[in-house]
Amino acid sequence: MPKRNDIKRILVIGSGPIVIGQACEFDYSGTQACKALREEGFIVILVNSNPATIMTDPEFSDRTYIEPLNVEALERIIEKERPDVLLPTLGGQTSLNLAVELSESGILEKYDVELIGATLETIQLAEDRDLFRNAMKEIGMNVPEGGCVNTLEEAEAILEKIRFPLIIRPAFTLGGIGGSVVYNREEYADAVRWGLSASPVTEVLIEESVLGWKEYELEIMRDGADNFVVVCSIENLDPMGIHTGDSVTVAPAQTLTDREYQAMRNAAKKIVTRIGVETGGANIQFAVDPKTGEMVVIEMNPRVSRSSALASKATGFPIAKIAAKLATGYRLDEIPNDITQKTPASFEPTIDYVVVKIPRWDFEKFPGNSNRLSSQMKSVGEAMGIGRTFKEALNKTLRSLENGWSGFHANGNSNYDTMDKEALIEDMRFGTPDRLLKIWRAFSLGMTSQDVFKITDIDIWFLQHLYQLYAFEKEIAGAWQATGSLEPALLRKAKQYGFSDQHLGLLLDKPETDIRKMRIDAGVVPSYKIVDTCSAEFESFTPYFYSTYDQENESVPSSNKKVIILGGGPNRIGQGIEFDYCCVHGIMALRSLGIEAIMINCNPETVSTDYDVADKLYFEPLTYEDVLNVIDLEKPDGVIIQFGGQTPLKLALALEKSGVPIWGSSPNSIDLAEDRDRFGALLTSLNIPAPRWGTARSLAEALKVGETIGFPLMVRPSYVLGGRAMEIVYDAAGLEKYMTQAVTASEDHPVLLDRFLEDAFEFDVDAISDGDQVEICGIMQHIEEAGIHSGDSMAVMPPYLLSLAQHDDLKEYTRMLARALDVKGIINIQYAILFDTIYVLEVNPRASRTIPFVSKVKGRPFAKMAVEIMAGKTLKEIGYTYQRELPYVAVKESVFPFDRFEKADIYLRPEMRSTGEVMGIGPNFGQSVFKAFQATNIAVPQSGVVFISVNDSDKNRMIPIAEGLHALGWEIAATSGTATLLSNRGLPVRTVLKVNEGRPNIVDDITNGEIHLIIKTPLGRRSREDEFAIGWAAIKHRVPFITTLSAAESILRGLRDYGATPFEHKCLQEYYKN
Amino acid sequence: MNARLLLSDGTVFDGLSLGSPGTSVGEVVFNTAMTGYQEILTDPSYHYQLVAMTYPQIGNYGVNPLDVESRSIFANGFIIREYSPVVSNWQADLSLDEYLKQYNIVGISEVDTRALTRHLRDHGAQMGMITTDTAPVNELLETLRSSRTLVGSNIVQEVTTEAPYDWPLDTPAANLDALPYRVAVYDFGVKYNILRLLQEAGCRLRVFPAHTPHEDILAWNPDGIFLSNGPGDPEPVKKAVASVRALLGKKPIFGICLGIQILGLALGGRTTKLKFGHHGANHPVKHLPTGRIEITSQNHGFVVDIDSLPKDDIKITHINLNDGTLEGFKHKSLRAFAVQYHPEAAPGPHDSRYLFQQFIEDMK
Repeated sequence: MPKRNDIKRILVIGSGPIVIGQACEFDYSGTQACKALREEGFIVILVNSNPATIMTDPEFSDRTYIEPLNVEALERIIEKERPDVLLPTLGGQTSLNLAVELSESGILEKYDVELIGATLETIQLAEDRDLFRNAMKEIGMNVPEGGCVNTLEEAEAILEKIRFPLIIRPAFTLGGIGGSVVYNREEYADAVRWGLSASPVTEVLIEESVLGWKEYELEIMRDGADNFVVVCSIENLDPMGIHTGDSVTVAPAQTLTDREYQAMRNAAKKIVTRIGVETGGANIQFAVDPKTGEMVVIEMNPRVSRSSALASKATGFPIAKIAAKLATGYRLDEIPNDITQKTPASFEPTIDYVVVKIPRWDFEKFPGNSNRLSSQMKSVGEAMGIGRTFKEALNKTLRSLENGWSGFHANGNSNYDTMDKEALIEDMRFGTPDRLLKIWRAFSLGMTSQDVFKITDIDIWFLQHLYQLYAFEKEIAGAWQATGSLEPALLRKAKQYGFSDQHLGLLLDKPETDIRKMRIDAGVVPSYKIVDTCSAEFESFTPYFYSTYDQENESVPSSNKKVIILGGGPNRIGQGIEFDYCCVHGIMALRSLGIEAIMINCNPETVSTDYDVADKLYFEPLTYEDVLNVIDLEKPDGVIIQFGGQTPLKLALALEKSGVPIWGSSPNSIDLAEDRDRFGALLTSLNIPAPRWGTARSLAEALKVGETIGFPLMVRPSYVLGGRAMEIVYDAAGLEKYMTQAVTASEDHPVLLDRFLEDAFEFDVDAISDGDQVEICGIMQHIEEAGIHSGDSMAVMPPYLLSLAQHDDLKEYTRMLARALDVKGIINIQYAILFDTIYVLEVNPRASRTIPFVSKVKGRPFAKMAVEIMAGKTLKEIGYTYQRELPYVAVKESVFPFDRFEKADIYLRPEMRSTGEVMGIGPNFGQSVFKAFQATNIAVPQSGVVFISVNDSDKNRMIPIAEGLHALGWEIAATSGTATLLSNRGLPVRTVLKVNEGRPNIVDDITNGEIHLIIKTPLGRRSREDEFAIGWAAIKHRVPFITTLSAAESILRGLRDYGATPFEHKCLQEYYKN
Repeated sequence: MNARLLLSDGTVFDGLSLGSPGTSVGEVVFNTAMTGYQEILTDPSYHYQLVAMTYPQIGNYGVNPLDVESRSIFANGFIIREYSPVVSNWQADLSLDEYLKQYNIVGISEVDTRALTRHLRDHGAQMGMITTDTAPVNELLETLRSSRTLVGSNIVQEVTTEAPYDWPLDTPAANLDALPYRVAVYDFGVKYNILRLLQEAGCRLRVFPAHTPHEDILAWNPDGIFLSNGPGDPEPVKKAVASVRALLGKKPIFGICLGIQILGLALGGRTTKLKFGHHGANHPVKHLPTGRIEITSQNHGFVVDIDSLPKDDIKITHINLNDGTLEGFKHKSLRAFAVQYHPEAAPGPHDSRYLFQQFIEDMK
């Protein structure tokens, strides 16, 4: 069955903003799919609300809609574009759920759009927990005891039949949201209620947990002719009970005999056949009882998933690309394997290395929440490591995480050194982000791998390998102590075990650079091997490499002009997909300039680690050692460090010191912008205003600075990303608390204090410079007032509160700063305007988080231009000049993971906590901002009941908002103070009780679905508990919660426009044409 | 203890001794299956071969009494990247190292098996030696080069059963006679899983030595004849070829692996040696009548030349999608068919088990 000829236009739905459980792996799969479909000559219509993605670049589809992912917008786009088919299996759960809605609401039928990749029936069978269970039983599969319920009463009834602990999993959700493990009746009702509210179809599955069983996943593909292949098997190091997205996982499966593995494969085949995955990829999870080998089916996803991104990177088999082709009619044997070129895609990859994935969490941004892991995913990113053995891969992954870990080692780490055995045991019992390091600590306290097994249920195979690593540390240290040197053979063995130079340095009490020298002198250098899907059985043509310390090196450097781009490593809050976007653009620019582009990165979710993006891909940790090893082999003409966020910048000075040619702005410029003292002197010399500032290395110094500058102050540790531990303090007491509790200031790590400009308006400016000419890329105005991290605030382009004179001043300051810092490439500057004075808040001489947004809005690829500049072109040659006018308005809004952290403070702060962003674009501000709100996961309805509660200083400004909402037909509810005020203005208001005033109170109202919008500004510490309760209720019941008046005003404008004019849904290609 | 792997072209790999110390010679082949080392070691088709596993972590799940494919280990030696002294599986009763020692098998670990694989891929399969002997390389190479080669040797006679036996082993004949189809198995090195699956399909099995004359087979009065897998070069197994030629048309015949080669030779075809053979569990085979793809388990160094078969009598049924080599054919008029790959898997995917049913249909 070759390609279908009856299809011309294909609608692809992306996964929307990056959230926990649905991250940039869907940009990777979506980008692959769009490329593959266009290669086949189809017209691709893409809808995705996330501007930071590569897939929404106008060159990856024919019609690129950055529009909200809801039925309404989709219907209009379908009506306009008339696609023949909809492919919903590459945009995660979001896309799948939307396809179901579009189908069930009759829209697909109305416009004669066929679902390809998965039928409605397939999606429902796989996603509806009850249907799935029954289907599994029907084909003779074992599933855990339990059942599905739609009400609390049913949930109570089911308890008759099953025993605790239980796993509760809502239907049609992603990343295990609303899921939990419960151990008793007390927790049960709450957990069920939450699960029901998290499920879009109000259904949860309640099953006896198989806690402690071994957990496996199979990534499979099936075509329309019933051909079936397993792409990859994955074994979780963390047993059942921890969400697979939060688990350390290993590919391939390590502890199954062939008989057991084939039984699993047979089961998978039966399952996908029954569920009806006809064309594409799927993933199936199994649990295996370690004592008897009994196997049960946990769940399946009839789509490309996070695990399939991992499986693609782990094997070199491009699941998304093949899935897209299968959906258009091809059979597996009709698609060639890119890597071997000679063999078809209808085979099962076999790998000759081990892959380890470790998630990365950002619990420290959500204080007060337990960091114990459970069935609900909480990680924000992941790193992957490839090695010839598990030990090597594990160590490589550990140092890829950028947690300050050098490998499997916790000595000298104050978090563990003092941990006593009891606390350790209690902590290890549950998964935590650092469980591996705790295991190391347990070994160092004399516990054996058997002891640890009894506590953790982690398979002894993994534990014993960890123990080998622990024991080998002793061997190394012993040899060093005895002889003062290391035999090359021992050194090589250490490297084969994945020990980093830094780790060895810790063991031998030597600087990393000494170890490096000793190692190279001894001839112990890495070899690079190819990821080829076939364990070298066939010659491969794909330059996808990983390092190891085996005999033969397969990476032969070319004599071409070449440049290495350093990626951003694992995603985390503050450093996400935006930086990968820039890296990918950098690669594309290098290639179009005829320069060999070499990528180094360790994040399996990204487009940059797709093997056919760069000319050469090294899947390696982004550490000094690993990067320099590649540089030593490749001897590049340049290394680009300004695209990967903070990760490569941290290496800048060390790389430069080692003689590495850095392309673009120099490490010195970067340091000049980061070093407060040097930067302050620069601003003074340029006569550019900045808020008054100081640095403090102790509490006393801080108090003194506070006295001189005056409060409020913006305080933060030096050299941070995403505003980590950044706060506003209003008085000396607050400052004292901050200095003693939030940070540890020292000689090397001073705290920076800036006068905080209350009520100022902030602007983000991205500019590009060739060292001579400086041009603005875009000016974004933050909608909220100062004090909210730029990554979290809503922003609009073009700015709406910027006079022409101010605009010209911003331009001039930007030019002066770019020149002074000798920027070659991109520079990002944050400004604040207060009482007509423009202040510089921060300068980053590198690609910023806003580059993708600005590029999308302007329709100009700024990251690509930056590379052209680095390669020697001038802006004049590139032909770019800044145009102030923009015939449309674009709004960027952030998306937060508060639904995963019960105790999260949902008021926005200087510390960044958003995981992703969406964009709304339209002819005016109202439409764009409304679309942006719609595009976040919690959409604002057109009318209903709004609950208003604001602090005293906001009261006057709130009145017109309330009046405006009232005029649009909203009912208003408020607590007594605000209610009185509004009633006095003649507005009808329903008074509701505060949490401590009795029942039913505001939380009850939210829970009962009687509130549809909340506008609530912070009331200060006194009512903190109240605010947490309201915030959490709003999150659980998906009620939009607006925390600033500026945002409320924006919503009002949006709602007004929404009623007044029909919404335009235009694709980027149409916007750019004007 | 240190060990070395020498190839007859003079390439030397250093490693550590695994299993028994000593010296062992055989043809070096690589297998790309990621699981199933116990089945591979006990597969008689690996007789006189040194098997290198491309998957680097071996020994993880130990060995167990169930996953055996014959009465013994038949591989002459075992080559791996990293040995796991930790055994983790509920069924395991021994570690791999203990198992190798029990059967006096010489092995080597810590070899860059990927480098070895690439070498064999580019230069072809060749004879090799694993040794813990510390003698100079030249001396060892001399011994190696004077060893007999696989091509031209009839090594089937070294693995076939000495006397006929019934399957399952140690089962009273009375219990077996209820099975509806009497199948005579020519044992060229048969894997137990073939016998298990045939029996499951309803066959009452008697396993005969490879050199059994066709008259003796017919005297047992079988409903069908099965030609098993086995090691080495099919050409020298002349007696069996003659017997099969005599049996053609008399009873339904089904052959697997060496069985297809013997059948091919009996039909007047030719066999050739592949550069480095097919050894793995991921080979795509297309079933031509339906177009379906089967992911198959493979283990062969020789193959029946497609063009050598009598076109008028033979229908090609299966083709290898990687290199287009013959994977299966059937006789157009006589009830005889065979496949080059291993539908019994062990190790490998179970996609092709329908073939056993097809044999039953032929016997009906």
